[in-house]
Amino acid sequence: MAEFIIKMPDVGEGVAEAELVEWHVKIGDIVREDAILAAVMTDKATVEIPSPVEGTISWLGAEIGDTVAVGSPIVKIDVSGEVAVEAGGADTPTPNPSPQGGGELSVGPVAAEAPSAPAPSKAETATAKTESPSPLWGGARGGGNTLSASANASAHRPEGERPLASPAVRLRAKEAGIDLRRVHGSGPAGRITHDDLDQFFARGPQQSAPAGKQPDMSVEEIKVVGLRRKIAEKMARSKQRIPHITYVEEVNVDALEDLRARLNAEKRADRPRLTILPFLMRAMVKTIAEQPQINALYDDDAGIIHRHGGVHIGIAAQTPSGLVVPVVRHAEARDLWDCAVEVNRLADAAKSGTATREELSGSTITITSLGAMGGVATTPVINYPEVAIIGVNKIMVRPVWDGAQFVPAKMMNLSSSFDHRVIDGWDAAVFIQRIKALLETPALIFVE
Amino acid sequence: MKEISCKLAVIGAGPGGYICAIRAGQLGVDTVIIEAVKAGGTCLNVGCIPSKAIIHAADEFFAATHFASDKATLGIKVSDPSIDFAKTIAWKDGIVGRMNSGVAGLLKKAGVKAVVGRARFRDGKTLEVDTETGIQVIRAETIVIATGSAPVELPFMPFGGKVISSTEALSLREVPKALAVVGGGYIGLELGTAFAKLGSKVTVVEALPRILPLYDADLTRPVQKRLDELGVTVMTDVKAKGLSSDGSGLVIERSDESLQTIPADKVLVTVGRKPVTSGWGLDEIDLDKSGPFIRVDDQCRTSMRGIYAIGDVTGEPMLAHRAMAQGEMVAEIIAGKRRSWDKRAIPAVCFTDPEIVSVGLSPDEAKRAGIETKIGLFPFAANGRAMTLQNEGGFVRVIVRADNHLVLGIQGVGAGISELSAAFSLAIEMGARLEDIAGTIHAHPTQSEGFQEAALKALGHALHI
Repeated sequence: MAEFIIKMPDVGEGVAEAELVEWHVKIGDIVREDAILAAVMTDKATVEIPSPVEGTISWLGAEIGDTVAVGSPIVKIDVSGEVAVEAGGADTPTPNPSPQGGGELSVGPVAAEAPSAPAPSKAETATAKTESPSPLWGGARGGGNTLSASANASAHRPEGERPLASPAVRLRAKEAGIDLRRVHGSGPAGRITHDDLDQFFARGPQQSAPAGKQPDMSVEEIKVVGLRRKIAEKMARSKQRIPHITYVEEVNVDALEDLRARLNAEKRADRPRLTILPFLMRAMVKTIAEQPQINALYDDDAGIIHRHGGVHIGIAAQTPSGLVVPVVRHAEARDLWDCAVEVNRLADAAKSGTATREELSGSTITITSLGAMGGVATTPVINYPEVAIIGVNKIMVRPVWDGAQFVPAKMMNLSSSFDHRVIDGWDAAVFIQRIKALLETPALIFVE
Repeated sequence: MKEISCKLAVIGAGPGGYICAIRAGQLGVDTVIIEAVKAGGTCLNVGCIPSKAIIHAADEFFAATHFASDKATLGIKVSDPSIDFAKTIAWKDGIVGRMNSGVAGLLKKAGVKAVVGRARFRDGKTLEVDTETGIQVIRAETIVIATGSAPVELPFMPFGGKVISSTEALSLREVPKALAVVGGGYIGLELGTAFAKLGSKVTVVEALPRILPLYDADLTRPVQKRLDELGVTVMTDVKAKGLSSDGSGLVIERSDESLQTIPADKVLVTVGRKPVTSGWGLDEIDLDKSGPFIRVDDQCRTSMRGIYAIGDVTGEPMLAHRAMAQGEMVAEIIAGKRRSWDKRAIPAVCFTDPEIVSVGLSPDEAKRAGIETKIGLFPFAANGRAMTLQNEGGFVRVIVRADNHLVLGIQGVGAGISELSAAFSLAIEMGARLEDIAGTIHAHPTQSEGFQEAALKALGHALHI
């Protein structure tokens, strides 16, 4: 009986450890070669670990949420010949049986050997995508969702409370020998109706479909692991350490929107559609040249501010598994179209989970936008250890006083937060006012 | 005498017993009912029915005397009304008699054999009945004890002579000039009010701080006010000590221990009722008791197999309609049906002036049960029908659960409100919510609109206040 040990692989440059965020197998599962065993996560990238062999999982070396050093064993797989011999007819146990051998594995002997392995779930989990770490460990798979199942098994009724039913319904239940406490009441205030009794007769003591509003007594336990834990830690650190000052200003984007529409209409086919973002990025680059203290990382433990010459703009992006911040590097060296291309590329990578660790780190200032959902104002949380975050709110047509009358104007708010330890309110306001001026007269963005 | 063998023997033909026997007969159960006095029990003979007759006569006479006074506002003129009380009693007896024979006829129609005499257990399956013609032995598979209750006697002032119970009060030959009532419960107040209207000088003596202590103060306030208007003297925190030595009246002791003699031609003692648990051989079968009552479970089964008990002998509330419901249930159980006590509410009615109805939980009871409630109250002063009836005192009050508006209790006080008890009870028994009552059209102009308005009030949008 041979045992194959799988160790935590080196998942990225300079990464010494990774967090285990998802198991795709459990002890006793039969796995084929290349089946996904687990997902681990480094800073912000999730990496799947495939099985190099086929066999039976005999040992799992970590629990979800554990941080495992690179090189530590995490999975042991029995590649014992017994199965292979019986099924595939190979003479000797081999650490790497042929795919054909695995293909001929019959379910019978496997099930006999490993009765705890639910065969159907294996196929599902083996093909499951890993980009979104499942928050429910174990419970989501293997049919273990017992908590909500048992909560639904009986009609909700506070302890000791008498069932509510009309005398006729009570009589019918009594004659049928049914304890009304077991019958779900769909009527007002949980009243048990004749229909409820009919359903009970038809289906037995199961939950009939509740019609009215039902109190839901279930409590689901969700382990905060993986990306969610990273987000939680980072947000908490930012809010604990950084005294935020948030500054909200409105920007008239009539001219900018005209320009954008014109550029989009006349653009070359190979160029991406422009959003507001590339303009904002260019405006930030221009303003940062005048106010370099905004583009910095504050190492507050060491008491040193690292002012960066390169403007690496993080773009907060929502993905199915949570918030990530892909980074457009050296925005100062990119023109409008470059910025747009890079933003699109990174957004796609982040959403599909293929963004690399490098693409997801190293920003010096961040933009956050809720896009079309917008909102009037936000209070963005600074991407620690940066010192500023620029929040983009939704463009709305609002009446604006032009000195003589109200005219409709496309207005957009910028809600931005600054680290008040190193950025004074005045400087913050100057920064935003400068960006406002650039965006309101977009030609200025392109004047060198 | 030849022994009778039957499936079911019912001891006592009060409301519990006769209903049980009729229902059992309907269901084909071979049934015998034994009654020592007259069919109908306390309720029909010396309780509910005759008292309501006297109260009605008193109301009519009082209206006539009111018309004769210069306070009358309706423009009706009556001069010098008088009452022939013997005739009133005879009229009352006529009603009771009609109902006696009515019950006897219903029993007969249901195929129930009635035996007149006092029954006594010989053992758990055998009764001896002392009839006019000798001892009748009855062997029954099942026996239902429905022996009822009797007025409580004060040991220092036994019934007899001047001292009367409610039974005698309903058969007086003439209206007493001065009547002292010991006990401010519903029986004492119903009769006290009636005799006050008939012309007696009535004094009610209550040991507790207020009258009708089983009802909350909001409900009893209109009654207290009316008693004052009728010239009834209500003394609370006062103990009856006995008849004065010269027999001229009732001696009472105040809370400061001072004594006073209240002149009285009759002293009506209404200090409660006790279950009749003696005189029928309880010792022979040794049933478990619960306090003074026979202990029964939710199917009215006693501690001995085959023996049931229903009605006042099984506990509070000692009300005829509770006994009737128990009797019906037990008959069906004996006939082989599955039944158990599942009533949500037993209405209680006080035929005072004005009347009081209470169904379900009172606000205090709900609070003690730890339920968060909403309460809606509608006064009859804002009800058109009440005005036209010159009955503007009182209100309807609805108590509901705050979270789902399930009606927990309904109380009311007002003239004629006893008839609204049907709606109140139905609402609770059907599991109505506030919205159900508020959403039901209540006929105009009736006092029942007060019920709907109270529900609307609890919902926050009463229309007439």
